Amino acid sequence: MKRHLLSAADLTLEDATLVLDTAEELAQVSARTVKKLPTLRGRTVVNLFFEDSTRTRTSFELAAKRLSADVINFSAKGSSVSKGETLKDTALTLEAMGSDAVVIRHSWSGAPANLARWVRGSVVNAGDGTHEHPTQALLDAFTMRKRLGRLEGLKVTIVGDILHSRVARSNVLLLATLGADVTLVAPPTLLPVGVQAWPAQVSYDLDAVLPKSDVVMMLRVQRERMGPGPAADTETAYFPSTREYSRRYGLDVRRVTALADDAIVMHPGPMVRGMEIAPEVADGHRSTIMEQVANGVSVRMAVLYLLLGGADSAIGAPATGSSRVTAGQT
Amino acid sequence: MSSYLLRHVRPYDEDAVDVRLVDGRIAEIGTDLTDGTGTVYEGAGAVLLPGLVDLHTHLREPGREDAETVETGTLAAALGGFTAVHAMANTDPVADTAGVVEQVWRLGREAGHCDVAPVGAVTVGLGGEQMAELGTMADSAARVRVFSDDGRCVSDASLMRRALEYVKAFDGVIAQHAQEPRLTVGSQMNEGVHSSLLGLTGWPAVAEEAIIARDCLLTAHVGSRLHVCHVSTAGSVELLRWAKSKGWDVTAEVTPHHLILTDDLACSYDPVFKVNPPLRTQVDVDALRAGLADGTIDCVATDHAPHALEDKEAEWGAALPGMTGLETALGVVVLTMVEPGLLSWRQVAERLSSTPARIGRLDHGPQPQGRPVAVGEPANLCLVDAAARWTVDPTESASRSRNTPFAGRELAGRVVATFLRGRPTVLDGKPVTA
Repeated sequence: MKRHLLSAADLTLEDATLVLDTAEELAQVSARTVKKLPTLRGRTVVNLFFEDSTRTRTSFELAAKRLSADVINFSAKGSSVSKGETLKDTALTLEAMGSDAVVIRHSWSGAPANLARWVRGSVVNAGDGTHEHPTQALLDAFTMRKRLGRLEGLKVTIVGDILHSRVARSNVLLLATLGADVTLVAPPTLLPVGVQAWPAQVSYDLDAVLPKSDVVMMLRVQRERMGPGPAADTETAYFPSTREYSRRYGLDVRRVTALADDAIVMHPGPMVRGMEIAPEVADGHRSTIMEQVANGVSVRMAVLYLLLGGADSAIGAPATGSSRVTAGQT
Repeated sequence: MSSYLLRHVRPYDEDAVDVRLVDGRIAEIGTDLTDGTGTVYEGAGAVLLPGLVDLHTHLREPGREDAETVETGTLAAALGGFTAVHAMANTDPVADTAGVVEQVWRLGREAGHCDVAPVGAVTVGLGGEQMAELGTMADSAARVRVFSDDGRCVSDASLMRRALEYVKAFDGVIAQHAQEPRLTVGSQMNEGVHSSLLGLTGWPAVAEEAIIARDCLLTAHVGSRLHVCHVSTAGSVELLRWAKSKGWDVTAEVTPHHLILTDDLACSYDPVFKVNPPLRTQVDVDALRAGLADGTIDCVATDHAPHALEDKEAEWGAALPGMTGLETALGVVVLTMVEPGLLSWRQVAERLSSTPARIGRLDHGPQPQGRPVAVGEPANLCLVDAAARWTVDPTESASRSRNTPFAGRELAGRVVATFLRGRPTVLDGKPVTA
C-alpha cells in the first residue's frame, strides 16, 4: 500500500482486498469481551477534524483505541480559512508532536493531499470537501461482500447528489477496482459535467434501474442544495422541490418492492428520512445501515494497522491463508 | 549624452548588424560601425526586438506591498524584456480615481525599470454598479486609455454598454474579464473530467464564451472598442474569429500559461496551478496557439499575479488564484510558438510589443512604446539569446512573490539585455540600477 490513503484510487485490487480481509480478521475482536489488541501500542494517531462529524471521528477514534494507539482529537473547525492559522501550521505542530498518522476531515477538497506534503506520517482522508471519503467506500464494500458474498460483477446503484458526494466518488473508484458494476442515478443537475469519463453507468430513471440492482446506495440530499435563490454568491436550486425529488428519486415503500429478493439497501448517513429514503425502508430487513456503522470500525482498524506498518497478522493468531497480512508500508 | 553601441545583434532574427543608441533613440544601424564614444555591448548574434509591452499585470501597489510593489514588479518586467506594463486596477484602494492612477504612474517613473501605464477601474470600487470617473482618469497625468474591472467581470449588460460608449470620447478601450458570475459561483478550476473527480467546483468554458459573445455584439452595436483579457477556451477563439470577420474593433490577449499548461495539473491540489480563468484542456491550448498564430488573438499578456506565500500555501479552495509571469513570458512564447514554427520573430514583436502598445494607445505621444527597430525610433529594446535553454528557479525571481507555475521547467530563449529609451535596465541578464 501507499503511505497515505487520500483517494480510493490509491488502492490497487490487491491493496483493497488486503484491507477487506484484514478488516474481517479484526472484526472478530469486536465480538470479544475485551475488544482491544496491543498492535499499535506506542503509536500516535491524530484525528484532525476541521468539520463536524461525530460519526466518522468516533469510528476512527474507536478503531485506533482498539489497536491500543494513543489518540489525540484535534478539532480545528473553521480555523483553516481564517487567516493566521493555516493548515500548514497545524501540520507542522502535529509533526513536532510526533504523530504517526493523521486522520483528516476537511471542508476543502484536496486538503489531505496538501497535508501529506507537510507531514512525515501517514495521512488518512476521512472526507475532504466534495472529493473523496475512501474509508467509507471500504466499509461499504466490506458490507456488500459480507452480505452478498462477492463484489465481482455486483450491480451497485448509487442514488442522489452525486455532484457533491465524496462517498459516491470513492465508491465509484473502489468498486471499479473491485470489479463491481456501478450505476449512478440522479437528476441531471446533480451529476457532474465530466461524469461520462467515470467508470460507471449513468441513468436518470431510478425505476428502470432498481430491478437490476443487487445493492442500492441512497445518498443524502442536503437541503441547502435547494438553494436560497439567485443571490450573487449563492447557488441556484438544483431541483424544484423536496417533494418532487422524493417522488422521482426517493426510495419509498412502493419502489423497494421492485428490488430482487436478496438486494440490499445502504446509506452512508446521516439520513433525511422521508426525503431520499422512507423510514420503513431505512429500518427494513434489506437495510444495512447499522451494519455499515459497525463495519466502519473494523475497516478503519485495518487501514490504520496496514498504514502503520503491521507486518504480522493483525490479531496475532497463526496465519490461516496466503492472503495473510504481509504488506507493510511501501 | 549617453550612447551605446550594440554589436552583432540580429533585429527580428534577421542579418547581424550593429545598432547605435544615442540620447534615447536609435541613431544608426549598419555593419562595422565605429566604436564611437559610448559603451560597446557585444550582442553575439542575439535577437533584437522592440521592448516588450504587457497589457495585463498586477503590481499590487497600493495595498499588497507584501506580494509585490511597483518597484519589484517592474524590475521583474525589465528582466523579462518589457519596457512598458499596464498595471491592473484591483489594488487597495482600487484605481478608480485620478489620484490612484497618478500615484501608480508616478511610482513607475520613480522606479525607472519600465514605463507603467495604469489601468483604470470601469466601476467604482470594482463594484460593478456605478461607472468610475473614466474621463478624469483619461485626462490625468497617467493618460489612462485602458479600463478594466479585471478580477471581476462587468457582468451587467447595460453598464457594459454604457462603458463601451463612454470611452469613445477619449479613444479608450474596455478590457473585459469575461466571466459570467452566476455560472461561476464558488468555481475553482476548469469544469470537466478532472474537476468532476477532484470534487472542485467547475468554471465552465461557457461562462467565458457567453460574455465574449455578448460584448462583441455590444461593441458592434455602439461602435466602440473591446479588448478581451486572458482568453482561455477554444470556443472563445472561434467567437473572436467571427467578431473579427465582421470587422468589429475587438482585440484579445492570451497568457503564456494558457499556451502551455492544462487542467490536469490540478490533480496535485497544488494551488500554484490555481488561476483565473483556470487552466483548460489540451484542445483549448492548441486552439489558443493557433489563434495567436493566425492573429485571431492579437497579443500575449502575462496576467502577472503575484501572491504572498500564505495566500498560496493553503488548501486549493482557500488559496488565491494567480501566477507570476513577467520573467517567463518570452521563454514560454519561444518554446510554444517560435520553436514549433507558429510565429516568426517579427510576429513575436507584433504580439508582444507593437500590438499591445497600439491597443493601450502607448504607440504615440511623448514617450511611445512598441515602435519598430529603426533609425530615429525610441531605443526601447530587448535583446534575446534565442538558443538559450534555462530552468525556472522561483528563488531567483525579482518579483516579491514566488508563485510561478514553471518552477523546474525548461524554457527557451532568454533575455540578455533591455533598454528603456537608450538606458540599460538589464545587461547580461542582470538588473542595472538607474
